[in-house]
Amino acid sequence: MALILLRRFGLLALSLLVASVLVFLLLRLLPGDVAQVIAGTRATPEQVERIRHELGVDRPLAEQYLSWLGGVLRGDFGTSALNGVSVSGQLGEKLTVTLPLVAGASLLAVLVGVPLGILAGSRHRSPAGHALSVAGQLGIAVPSFWVGLMLTTLVAVQWRLLPAGGFPRDGWADPAAAVRSLVLPVVTLALLQGAVLLRFARSATLEVLHADYIRTARAKGLTEGRALLRHGARNAALPVLSVLGLEFASLLLGAVVIENVFTLPGLGQMLIADVGNRDLVKVQGTVLLVTVAVLVIGFLVDLGHRLLDPRLREAR
Amino acid sequence: MSRPGTRPFGAGAVTTARAVLRTRSGRLGAALSSLIVVAALVSLVWTPYDPTKVSTEDSWAPMSGRHWLGADRLGRDLFSQLLAGAQVTLFVAVGATALAAVVGLALALLATVTSRPVGEGVAHLLDVLIAFPPLLIALVLAAVYPGRAWTILVALGLGLGVQVARVTRGEIRRVLASDYVLAARAAGAGTWRIIRRHLLPNITPTLYIQLSLMAGIVVLTEAALSYLGLGTPSPRPSWGRSLHELQPYLTLRPLVLLWPGLAVVLTVLGFNLLGDGLREAADPRLRYPARATPGPATLAAATPGGPPAGSGPVDPELAVADPVPPGPATPAPVTLADAFVSETRGPKTLDSTTLDSTALGAKRLGPLDVFDE
Repeated sequence: MALILLRRFGLLALSLLVASVLVFLLLRLLPGDVAQVIAGTRATPEQVERIRHELGVDRPLAEQYLSWLGGVLRGDFGTSALNGVSVSGQLGEKLTVTLPLVAGASLLAVLVGVPLGILAGSRHRSPAGHALSVAGQLGIAVPSFWVGLMLTTLVAVQWRLLPAGGFPRDGWADPAAAVRSLVLPVVTLALLQGAVLLRFARSATLEVLHADYIRTARAKGLTEGRALLRHGARNAALPVLSVLGLEFASLLLGAVVIENVFTLPGLGQMLIADVGNRDLVKVQGTVLLVTVAVLVIGFLVDLGHRLLDPRLREAR
Repeated sequence: MSRPGTRPFGAGAVTTARAVLRTRSGRLGAALSSLIVVAALVSLVWTPYDPTKVSTEDSWAPMSGRHWLGADRLGRDLFSQLLAGAQVTLFVAVGATALAAVVGLALALLATVTSRPVGEGVAHLLDVLIAFPPLLIALVLAAVYPGRAWTILVALGLGLGVQVARVTRGEIRRVLASDYVLAARAAGAGTWRIIRRHLLPNITPTLYIQLSLMAGIVVLTEAALSYLGLGTPSPRPSWGRSLHELQPYLTLRPLVLLWPGLAVVLTVLGFNLLGDGLREAADPRLRYPARATPGPATLAAATPGGPPAGSGPVDPELAVADPVPPGPATPAPVTLADAFVSETRGPKTLDSTTLDSTALGAKRLGPLDVFDE
């Protein structure tokens, strides 16, 4: 087990390294020059050249990469080329909005989607099961931002229950206000994720429902419910766990869109603004952060799998 | 006859289409998808109004015989915009999905049929590349080359191609490990011949299922990017951008925001249902009900516990999480259960044509089929 863990960890480290190279290269290949943006359209070529030198973008690629990576490893993502503010600080600040949004949405999605999926699976012939299955089908076909717009119309505009968008200027200083402005975005994001989870939990339940080991357990005298709980839950949890990992990436990206619907000052809004400004250092930091998060979550899901399924503990 | 691997590549297309149309989700999915295709085609030659024509006296015209869905602030006919918006959506959806198929298949083949070090290298690279979400790539590229449907198409095609490659790799491994590939090798077939004659026909069902689901994802992503203002530029109608343009009037005219969103929902639903139909059709017990193999009936599958592992219908989601073959790669032998049910419920004659339909009837009866939708 320890060896497997070590191996898996080495693989993660390697993946992270490759990802950092790819992020770095991807953004170097993009046309557009941040120096030109800073200098403005009327700058002389010499001025632009001087800015390029100050930013260090005229150095060899390998040197730029190594100095950037060295900084990242110490938690320093560099400074924004545009306004000279530390990228790490800004990332941290934006995360205070994006992280609660993503965490809240995934929690809500799991709490609602999984039980409903199990219900839809175990009652798959009843009207309720059918309705849930249709709801899941619809849920994955609906654009999240559209749901957000519709929810805003209803809850914020018609009923005036919650703010339609924005986030308190002083962040979490007034927790109640911050939570209130996050409710609608969280629900919107969770709706989509919940539908995906519902579908997975449903098919996992169906798969388990007729497994041989459930029949054996029933033959031993367990009730259907107890058999499912004792023997089915662990098995059904495996694919659901996989999805949770896979879906994390789409949740993060969904947050980018949702933040724009609700004008939340999070990672997503910053990313779109930065890409428009060619603020390479900041885009690099954000993209790397997202990619690393996805890789690490994948690693954790893999570990979770091994904990849940003893058969995998021996496998490579 | 459907001895695995001997059917030429593509020969099963008609059979597959028929099998898909036999399922309820398949029919609904095909209907919705054709609706979008027809809308896009019709809009090329005819729309009630020029979708870009501005007319001040029609500003916010209500729904009526003149404007079926009303008009926006500039007096542009919303129904015409909706029809024409299908063009971009369909272009990106079909293009990106095709690109994803090509890229995915190529990478998956590279990861499996090449020499071991190359294959392992590609496999590891895929594991890293999968951490780059397609929407993220599309977002960065779309912002750099704004206002081109092509950018979104390429970015999504590449990003989703990696995901296709991952699942397909598992499928290819499974097929390569099968006895009939071993037999073909023993008979002296070369790599290309095995790929063409044995591999491709046997992985296409999973591939089609994946691609139809990817098409849905592409439609959603394209709408999101257009909504963010990174999609096709202004005069060209697009559902996502319509929503972006109409958002400021959300409080005054909530109804106009309904239509473009509904169009997206129906399109995605159509592709997803088509995928579900494909999945059900790919279930070998359905596709080759009784003619599959005249071989020995197996008792294993006659147990009421459901289909034997590996040949059961696999949810596309499960296929992503853990690639289990749903394909006709292993056409299920006629099971005793099949024969029993069709004998007791259907006509007594057991020639292949009647068995075809009776076995389908058996499918609806229940005990065998625990996965039906």
